[in-house]
Amino acid sequence: MIVQVFDLHKKFGHLEVLKGINCQVAEGEVLCVIGPSGSGKSTFLRCLNLLESITSGKVIIDGVDLTDPKTDINKVRRQVGMVFQQFNLFPHMTVLRNITLAPMTELKLSKEEATEKALRLLSKVGLRDKADVYPHTLSGGQMQRVAIARALAMNPKVMLFDEPTSALDPELVGEVLTVMKELAQEGMTMIVVTHEMGFAREVADRVIFMDGGVIVEENTPAEIFSNPKHERTRSFLSKIL
Amino acid sequence: MGGSLNLNWEIAIASLPTLLSGIKWTILITVVGLFFGFFIGAAMGLARTTKNKLVFGIATVYVETIRGTPILVQALYLYFGVNQVLQQMFALQINSLTAAIIAIAINSGAYISEIVRGAIQSIDKGQVEAGRSLGLSSLKTFYYIVWPQAFKRMIPPLGNQFIISLKDTSLFAVIAVGELLRQGQLVVATTFAAFEIYTFVSLIYLMLTLSISFVLRRIERRLDVS
Ligand SMILES: Nc1ncnc2c1ncn2[C@@H]1O[C@H](COP(=O)(O)OP(=O)(O)O)[C@@H](O)[C@H]1O
Ligand SMILES: [Mg+2]
Repeated sequence: MIVQVFDLHKKFGHLEVLKGINCQVAEGEVLCVIGPSGSGKSTFLRCLNLLESITSGKVIIDGVDLTDPKTDINKVRRQVGMVFQQFNLFPHMTVLRNITLAPMTELKLSKEEATEKALRLLSKVGLRDKADVYPHTLSGGQMQRVAIARALAMNPKVMLFDEPTSALDPELVGEVLTVMKELAQEGMTMIVVTHEMGFAREVADRVIFMDGGVIVEENTPAEIFSNPKHERTRSFLSKIL
Repeated sequence: MGGSLNLNWEIAIASLPTLLSGIKWTILITVVGLFFGFFIGAAMGLARTTKNKLVFGIATVYVETIRGTPILVQALYLYFGVNQVLQQMFALQINSLTAAIIAIAINSGAYISEIVRGAIQSIDKGQVEAGRSLGLSSLKTFYYIVWPQAFKRMIPPLGNQFIISLKDTSLFAVIAVGELLRQGQLVVATTFAAFEIYTFVSLIYLMLTLSISFVLRRIERRLDVS
């Protein structure tokens, strides 16, 4: 199991947002996380690379315990790629520089190595010709594909996606999902918070439904969509499908 | 009805070299003062973005004290007040030029710190999260990601501060720095051509500030392109 989460709790002040999450993800597995807004999906994801501190419980990524104070957080983060809803590209850098920055400063790649790798990744996401432009000239879908390439440049063992298509115009969603699907087929371990039920149905190995800071139901996509066990899952799915 | 108007522009023109010799002090005080003011401001501005209560507290006291007192009082305080203490304790004095530069540095530092703080805090949190999620330390995230974007946003207000500080140097006439206004006053004292001389003095300040505005607008336009 490359990701192991044991009894994860997260509080913001007195507000308990995660109330004991247990979850395991195997290497190469694609896990989709669904649930209503405010149920703690983003917080859960952000605990997996310590963008949020963990109140209690354990998170182990590739054998490294994130809650161990001796753990080098920056090293863990290099192995956990994250793709944000708002892309968060660096606007003052070219597309190429967005992708080469961290490999050069953290993995100590030379400029040539980092550039070669970045161009390879840009080809993979279909944006080889955009290397030298600034992000603001790209469409949302293109920005998100650059963001995916940027995360991949660190050779992550796990990729986290937090509603990667929610900020996109409907006609741009497909190109991002296609890239993600290819990534899944290549065997990348992925945890994807999404409202794209079609994607979850087709690509996910497993789906978890979160509500109120707990995992209410966990199953294969076929089971959870056609035969939800819990009333809350049923009512959520009836609203969204 | 008043008497006949009798302006003597020749005297004013003859005094131009004297006035112009004041400009170099005006510029020197402004540029050197702002140079140090920028470092003070950057340090204090950063201090104002930290969660460390002591560091934040010190910076806040500095900023509020300087912004809450007139720069003229600060200059007098330094040149006469602090000098009196230095004289009694160490038998030494800061000269008026040094006092003027320190006054600009300390005064502009307080305003610049607010410019720096505002610019840093205006950068979207997502930028920091993107940097950190790639494995960059908080220092590297600041250096590569936050600061360059924040700095770009600082340029217009810094240019504005440049103009303000340049005008503020005229206050140092009271501590007898030979800057532009002081030179003007000296010429008026001997020629009595107050209207003519102060017209020239005003025009020279205006020329200086307009030049800064002009350069600034060009810089801003160039930055917009990239
Ligand atoms: N930094 C924060 N401080 C306080 N409360 C927060 C913070 N981040 C999220 N929350 C709260 O935690 C709850 C879960 O948020 P989130 O994980 O973003 O849910 P989701 O992604 O499922 O919509 C919400 O009630 C939200 O208001
Ligand atoms: Mg969310």
